Formats: sequence, structure tokens, C-alpha cells
Amino acid sequence: MLRYVLRRLVYTFATLAAVSVVAFLVIQLPPGDFLTSFSAKFAEQGGALDSDALTALKLRYGLDQPWYVQYWLWISGILFRGDFGESFEWNKPVSELMWDRFGMTVLLSGITLIVTWIVALPIGIYSAVRRYSWLDYVVTFLGFLGLAVPSFLLALALMYVFSRYFGMSVSGLFSPAYVNAEWSLAKVGDLAMHLWLPVFVLATHGTAALIRVMRANLIDELYKPYVQTARANGLGEMELLFKYPVRVALNPFISTIGWVLPNLVSGAIVTSVVMSLPTAGPLLLSALLAQDMYLAGSFILMLSALTVIGTLISDLLLAWLDPRVRYA
Amino acid sequence: MTDLAAPIAAAVPAGRKLAETGQWALIFRRFRRHRLAYASAFVVLGIYLVALFAEFVAPFSANTYNARYTYGPPQPLQFFGRDAGGELRFMYVNGYKMSFDPVALKRSFVVDQNSVNPVVFFARGEPYHLFGLIPWDRHLIGPADPSQPMYLWGADRLGRDVLSRTIHGARISMSIGLVGVAISLFLGLLLGGMSGYYGGWIDEVVQRSIDFLKSIPTIPLWMGLAAAVPANMDPLLVYLWITIILSLIGWTDLARVVRGRFLSLRTEDFVLAARLDGCSKQRVIWRHMVPSFTSHIVASVTLAIPSMILAETALSFLGIGLKDPVVSWGVLLKDAQSILALTTAPWLLAPGAAVVVAVLALNFLGDGIRDAADPYA
Amino acid sequence: MRPIPMLERMSALPVTAVAQPEPLVTVRDLKVQIGTDDGLVRAVDGVTFDVPRGRTLCLVGESGSGKSITGRALMNLLPPSGRIAAGRITYTDRAGEAIDIGALDPRGRQIRGLRGKDISLISQEPMAALSPVHTIGQQLVPVIRRHLGLSRREAEARAVEMLGRVGIPKPAERLGNYPFEFSGGMRQRVCIALALSCQPRLLIADEPTTALDVTTQANIIDLLQELQREYGLSILFITHDLGVVAEIADDVAVMYLGRIVERGTVDEIFADPRHPYTQALLKSVPRLGAGRHTRLAAIRGMVPSPFDRPAGCDFRPRCDLAIKGLCEIEDPGTITLGPRRDVRCVLQRTPSTDSVVTERSTSHA
Ligand SMILES: Nc1ncnc2c1ncn2[C@@H]1O[C@H](COP(=O)(O)OP(=O)(O)OP(=O)(O)O)[C@@H](O)[C@H]1O
Ligand code: SF4
Ligand SMILES: [Mg+2]
Repeated sequence: MLRYVLRRLVYTFATLAAVSVVAFLVIQLPPGDFLTSFSAKFAEQGGALDSDALTALKLRYGLDQPWYVQYWLWISGILFRGDFGESFEWNKPVSELMWDRFGMTVLLSGITLIVTWIVALPIGIYSAVRRYSWLDYVVTFLGFLGLAVPSFLLALALMYVFSRYFGMSVSGLFSPAYVNAEWSLAKVGDLAMHLWLPVFVLATHGTAALIRVMRANLIDELYKPYVQTARANGLGEMELLFKYPVRVALNPFISTIGWVLPNLVSGAIVTSVVMSLPTAGPLLLSALLAQDMYLAGSFILMLSALTVIGTLISDLLLAWLDPRVRYA
Repeated sequence: MTDLAAPIAAAVPAGRKLAETGQWALIFRRFRRHRLAYASAFVVLGIYLVALFAEFVAPFSANTYNARYTYGPPQPLQFFGRDAGGELRFMYVNGYKMSFDPVALKRSFVVDQNSVNPVVFFARGEPYHLFGLIPWDRHLIGPADPSQPMYLWGADRLGRDVLSRTIHGARISMSIGLVGVAISLFLGLLLGGMSGYYGGWIDEVVQRSIDFLKSIPTIPLWMGLAAAVPANMDPLLVYLWITIILSLIGWTDLARVVRGRFLSLRTEDFVLAARLDGCSKQRVIWRHMVPSFTSHIVASVTLAIPSMILAETALSFLGIGLKDPVVSWGVLLKDAQSILALTTAPWLLAPGAAVVVAVLALNFLGDGIRDAADPYA
Repeated sequence: MRPIPMLERMSALPVTAVAQPEPLVTVRDLKVQIGTDDGLVRAVDGVTFDVPRGRTLCLVGESGSGKSITGRALMNLLPPSGRIAAGRITYTDRAGEAIDIGALDPRGRQIRGLRGKDISLISQEPMAALSPVHTIGQQLVPVIRRHLGLSRREAEARAVEMLGRVGIPKPAERLGNYPFEFSGGMRQRVCIALALSCQPRLLIADEPTTALDVTTQANIIDLLQELQREYGLSILFITHDLGVVAEIADDVAVMYLGRIVERGTVDEIFADPRHPYTQALLKSVPRLGAGRHTRLAAIRGMVPSPFDRPAGCDFRPRCDLAIKGLCEIEDPGTITLGPRRDVRCVLQRTPSTDSVVTERSTSHA
């Protein structure tokens, strides 16, 4: 077990390092260095950057140095000082802008993941056990539909329906009164009132996918010899189902976090743009459009790190649940 | 084990039957049994045909506009009815009556039951070049009088026909799936094949790269890469860039499948059974391995196309994929982004229906092929 | 190296009068049908046999001949699309009451009370027969508690005792191990312990040794025989392996395409096989110096698919002795040669036996 955990940890760190390189590359991608665009922007606003300030910035980001030095300056700033660089669009440190948004993304993704599981698990089990029943057909069809409807389209359609027929605005995560308010119980309540629609939109895709996974896994297990053994020992069907095949099918189901979470984070970005949710999505988009690369790169880094760590957690959970992994 | 011979003896009658009917015929027969998949094959074919003949199928070109009809609502096609003169009419659309609200500065359209614009097949309309070569001016369907409006799915902000734009958009959206999958397939076959064939450290490197690529969320990465595509680039090049960016991640699934097939084919029972049954090696490869291998690849490719389409749609929708003069479903849906536009003109979501239908059909099709290729999986 | 005992008792045909104890299970004209995508398979098509008390009946036959399905039918444990279409399976329970197994609800309380308690099963695949994510204790203890009504501690003690009994070293410690921590042979022992943990009266052993290596096979067979002596167990032993049959069987039934083509005591079958199929099977077994792992596949031709059964005698396409104009037309029917001995072959029709031929319909759908 310990060896497994260590191996996973090492692997996670390697992945995180690779992710950070990719994020850094994205920062570097736009043509020209950002100082040019920065001073251009500054000039646009009617100021001129004096050469002292320019040199200071050059020094800070190591712009005269080869890329790996720049990378090191950037990543060490993040690791040791929590300094993600400067957002030129907002004239603020990235870290000031990012954490709130990122926290909301984590919250939204986490809740959606849990909802996805709670919904997908029983339906998947039912679908597998009552294969080819009418409900199985309905669920299967809805599953296909859920996979075919882009989440932003679903969000748009729901927003339209709510505003047209119920006169409700369903964008954002807070009512206007609470947007800038301090955190309080009332604000949390308000958040909960707003959260269910984005969660519904985001959970659709993952739920559809997970139902199919659970159904397929369980069907695989239902006809395995150990189920026959249990039956041959007089276990009742229900008892047997939950004790053995469902339990075994649960393991690959848990490891689906590895790909559900990245998809979820991806979907959350587009949906958040549509529904104007105060998560990473809209800010990342505007940062990319304005080529505010430190802000954009930091989001890409953190969102990727979120999924990598999510995957690590699911792997560890799996090891805890499945002796075969644990002892491998 | 020593009793190996017995199970093989059982496998052989089936194996012999296979050889007689041929793997392909057998796969096709199993495929036909999936009604939904079989029907979807025709839907997919239809969509690609529409994309191919977009100029002809669409009543108007993608950019024909008429500011008079900004956000004109859909005019449903009527089949029977009488016009103002009380004369019986076949197939027509009602015209609009416009009223202008001077306070809200808003125009509103009312369907005018009395005005009847006849609609005909093979209507003469805007001239175009079919496939960019053959000059023609007929459209599958269109108003008999080209000066009259016919917005079957409504009009957008500039008074362009949403239906025509959706039909033209099919060309980019559906082809981006194909081109992207072609690139992915190339990468997947190359890397997956190497991985499965050589094994060892090559396999390890490829597998780790796949794990890595799969663990990062695709949209932010795509966004980052797509944002770097210069804004003033030639639309065709942008198209190519976006496809390449999408394929950069799309290849991983295909590589997995290719590798898996490579590994399993070497040990697969039916190959063994066929060998023992006295087939030559060539015969085993062509009659058994190739059909099994290809049908799996075809299934995976079919299933990869919809995710490409969805990815393009999402990126263009966000405004960092394809951009306006280009017409794709994602670009069209971008018009529906604000709730304001949406409440005035909910029909702007219509291209979304095209996305859903195309993706659904491709998914059903791919699923059917996969099941037919491998009924025991 | 266990050559098949060649018995010089060719002429010593059963002297019927030896009193046979009441059989534990009698099967009469059992038919099992399984629905598949390609149509209805008549996996078992009218078999009749008895499982004697405290003895072993071996079911032999090529793959697909319906042995496993027959075995499962005795517990009314068929695949979901399968059903007992005809026939009677009568089990005499501990109270001496006759139960028609086939008539019970396959999911009902009564049959579940019998499964694992009165009738147990060891399956062909020791590797897959236990849940991979539960310890063997978690799989053994609940079964013991359910059937014997013991407390957790008592059940654990019984599980340890059983594991020790089947030869697993340090049984108390191994209770907390997962199946993958055992070797194949040890896993099969665990399965045997599980099957015998509630002192069943009938054990259905479906090729319990097929997946194991030679030495392990021998050990398992010895163990089963030992347990049979000790508990007075009746065994229905399903196998391909004639070497194993010679060693463990009291009675033998040879199956072909869902039917029993020949039935008799082990001595009769080996010394005086009457059916051409049985004869071919025995001929394909090397006599001396060969290992006990002998194949059945050396018979010419293939097993026909259950969907196109030959007309007349099922074995005709592969039979060297087939009589033209008779075998491909007429179903041979069951010819009774003695109380525990019958054959399905026209060659056995002698004037004296003709009278006891049970005529069967010759048409096959
Ligand atoms: N679950 C099932 N679904 C459909 N058909 C089945 C199923 N199980 C068995 N059969 C069919 O029933 C027939 C008898 O199968 P059975 O498993 O009893 O053979 P067997 O003699 O035990 O063979 P083996 O030696 O390979 O175990 C075969 O023709 C087989 O195709
Ligand atoms: S009945 Fe005829 S074909 Fe069948 S086994 Fe006997 S001799 Fe052979
Ligand atoms: Mg069997």
C-alpha cells in the first residue's frame, strides 16, 4: 500500500511539473513578449512607461534570459511566494484575482461530481439489472441525448425557458444584494438557491457518461462465476447483487473520476461563461482574449492541477477499496 | 493445459461458419440488427450530403442579408390554405406585418395571414457555383418570388436566414470532425501502433503521455492554444490550426484502441482456432485479423467525430475558435450567447438542434459498429 | 502416472440382485432449453440418471455436450434465459421427503435453503469463482451463518476448521486474505471448503480440476475422495478427463449433444463400452505409460452445432459403425441393458432387448 501511494505521489508530481511547463508554454505562445503589449496598453491609457519601470519588469520576469530561466523564475515565484505574476489587464497581482474564482470552480465541480455520482449510480445499477426493460431503454436514450447536447446549449435553453416562462433570471451564483457582501449564512443560502441550475447543467453530461459506465461494468460482473458461486450458496438476488457485483463494479466506477473531473472542469468553463458564473471560466476567457497571459496561464495551471490532484485522490480511494490495486 | 483441444473443438463450428460467410458480411449482418444504428447511418449520410450540396440545398447563401427582417421570426411552411383572394394555395409561407413601437424603439413582427408567398421546389434564386465549379441558380426549396422573404427558421440580427446558415455551417462543422479525426487517426495509428508493436520504453513513454494528456482539462488547454492563433490569420489557416489543436488531444483514445487491438490480436483465440483449422497465415490475417482490427478502428473513429464537433462548437461559441465570416454551428450559436438576443430571437438556438442531431446520429452509429464488430465485448 | 485400470471382467456383467440403496437424486427425462440470439438451444434433451447415495456419478463428454447445464439444473440454477422444459428432478431431503427441484421457483426461499446447504457446487474456474474484492472470510462466514444459524464467532471457527480440513496451512490467518493471495490449487481448496462448509449431501463438482496442474489435480481428487468417505457425500463429478473418471467414479454417464448415450458402472464402461462414441473415447486414451490427462478430441469430425442436429442418431456423422439406411433415419432410442445400464445405439438392439426399447420420436425441430 505504502509503495503504491508513494508511486502515485511521485507520478502526480511529475504530472504537475509537466502541466506547469505546458501552462508556461501557453503564456509564452502569443507573438511578441508581453512587455510590448503591456507598454502598448499603458500608452493606450495615456501613460508612458518609463525605462526604469521597464527594466524592473524585465528583471522580475527574466525576459533577457533563456526560457528555462524565465520558467524557473515563474514557477519558483508560485511555489515559494504564491506569486503568480501580474495581470496587466487588471493591474493587480494574479493571485488577488484568482483565488475567489478558483474556489468557486472547485466548489461547483465538487458538488456536481457528487450529484453526478448520486444520480448515476442507482440508475446505472437498475439499467444493468433490468437490461432491455423499457426504463433501461429510456435511460439509455436519455444518456445518449445527454452526451450529445453541449452543456452551454443546455444552459442557454434553460435560461431562455426560465426567463420566458417564469420571468426568472437564472444567471450568476448570487442575487445582486449578495454579490459583494461578506460571507454569511444568508449568503450561503443565496448561493445554494442559485447553484442548482448550473449543477444540473454540468451534471447532465457526466451523469449520462457514468450511467453508461456503471451499466457496462455491472453487466460485465453480473455473469461472472463468483456471482454464480454466491447464488449456489443460497444468497437472495438483492443481497447478492449489492454484496458482490455492485461492489466489484464500483471500483472502475471510482476510477472514472480521472476523466470525469477534467471533463467537468472543461464544461464548467463554457457553462460559466454562458451563465455568468463567478468561476474561473469567464475570467480565463477574457484574459485569453486580452492576451493577459499570466492570468490565463495561472488559471490553466491551477485548473489542470485541480484535475491532476482529483485523479490522485480517486486513485488513492480506489487503492483503499480494491485490494488488487493495493497489493499490486 | 492438456485439455486445450476440447474448447477449441467447440469454437470451430462457429469459426467455420464465420469463414464461410466472411467476416465483413457477418459484421454487417450484426450491424443491421441494430435498428437505431442502421437508421443513424442514413442520417449521417444525409447530413454529409447536405453539407456537400449546401449551396443547392440552402434557399439562400450564408451571407445574404436583409436589414428589414432583422430578427424576423420563423415562417412555418404551410401546405394548404387560402390567400387573400380566397384562392386555394399549396405550400407557401405567410408574410410579415411589421409594427414599430416608437417608445421601446422596437420592431415587432406579426404573421400576416393574408399575405401568401408561394414556395416551390427547385426555385430560381441567387446564382452560385456548385463545388465552386458548376454555375447554377436553382435551390432545392425557395420562394417563388425571390424578392419575398422566406425565413423557415427565422432571421438573425442582420436578417440572414438561420436555416441557410445552419446548412452552410454543416460543411465546416462536419468536415472539421472528419479532418480532425483523420489527423488523430494518423497520430493514433502511428503512436499506438509503435506502442503496441515495440512495447518496452516506447510503450511506456506513449502511455505516460496519454495519461498526462488525459489528466488535464481539455477546454482550458484548447483555449490557451487557440487564443494564440493570430486574429488576422486567413480563415482557412485558422480552420486548420483549430483542427490540429483539437487533434492534439483527440489522438489519445485512438492510440489506446490501436495498441489494445495490436496486443490482443496476437493472442486472440479465433486466430488460434483459425490456424488450427488449417488456414494459412495470409488467410488468417486477411479474413480474420484485418476485419476485426478495421471494424474496431472504424467504430472508434466514428465515436471520435462527435467529440471533435462538440469541441469546435464550444471553442467557436466562446469566440476563440472560428470567427464570423466563417460559418460553422459554433459560430452561429455565438449569436445566441446573450440572454437578451435569446429572448428576442430564441430561434437562434436552432443550429444547436443540428449539433445535437449530428452528434446523436454519429454516436448511435459508432456504438452500433462497435457492437457489431465485437459482440462479445 | 496412473494408468487406467483395465479390468478383466468383460464378462462379469452386473448380477442385478445386489441391493442398491435409494438414490439421493433421480433425474427423469430432463430437458433444458436456453434462449440465445440465434434461437432456442436444447442444451439438455431428455436425460435420465440417478445419483446414488455416498457414491460418485461421473458425467463425461466433449465440450458443449450439456454437462454443466445438467449439473446446474440439479440446483435449479440455470442461465437467465434457460429453463427446465420437461422432466423431473427428485431430491430426497434429510427428512426423507421427495422434493421436485425443477418445480421450485428458482429464486424462491425453498431452493435457496437447499443451495449450499444440501446441494453444493464447485465450479470449473477456481480463479474466478470467488469475489476478488472480499476476503475469503467475508465470503465463507455469511454462508455458514445463514445455513447453520451459527453466531459470527462459531461460524468463523467452523470456517477455520473447514479450511484446515481441505489442507490450507494456518487457516486462521488465511481467513483475512483475498483470493488473489492464494495459488490456483489453494483457491480451489477454498472453493471446496466453501462448498462443504455446511455439510451438504450432494456435491456437484463441475470440472473442479481442469484449470489446475497435474500434482494439484491429484491432490484435489484425493481430497474429494477422502471427504466423501468421511461425510458420506454423494458427488456428481463433471469432467473431460477419463483418467479422473477411472479413479473417482462409481457410475458413469457419457453425454453427447445434450443426451446421455451410455450409462453404467465404471467397470462396465471401461471394460465393456457399448456405444461407438464411448468406444472411440476410450480408444483415444493411451493405455499405459501415458499421463492421466487424456483428451477426448481425437475422435474424427466435429461436434455438430446444437442448431443443426443430424437426423436419426446424433452421433451418426462421426460414427464408424453407422448402419446405412438406419442410423440416419431412426433415433436409436434408449436401450436398457440393466438396472443402471443403458445405451442409445441401434447396434445394441438384440432380440432380447428389443422389447425394452423406449421408442422416442425421430423428428427434431
Ligand atoms: N449461458 C448460456 N447461454 C446460452 N447458451 C448456453 C449457455 N450456457 C450453455 N449454453 C449452451 O448449452 C450447451 C451446453 O453447454 P454446457 O455448458 O452444459 O456444456 P459442457 O458440456 O459443460 O461444456 P464444457 O466442457 O465446455 O464445460 C452448449 O451448446 C452451450 O452453447
Ligand atoms: S446408432 Fe448408428 S450412428 Fe448412432 S452410434 Fe449407433 S451405430 Fe453409430
Ligand atoms: Mg461445463
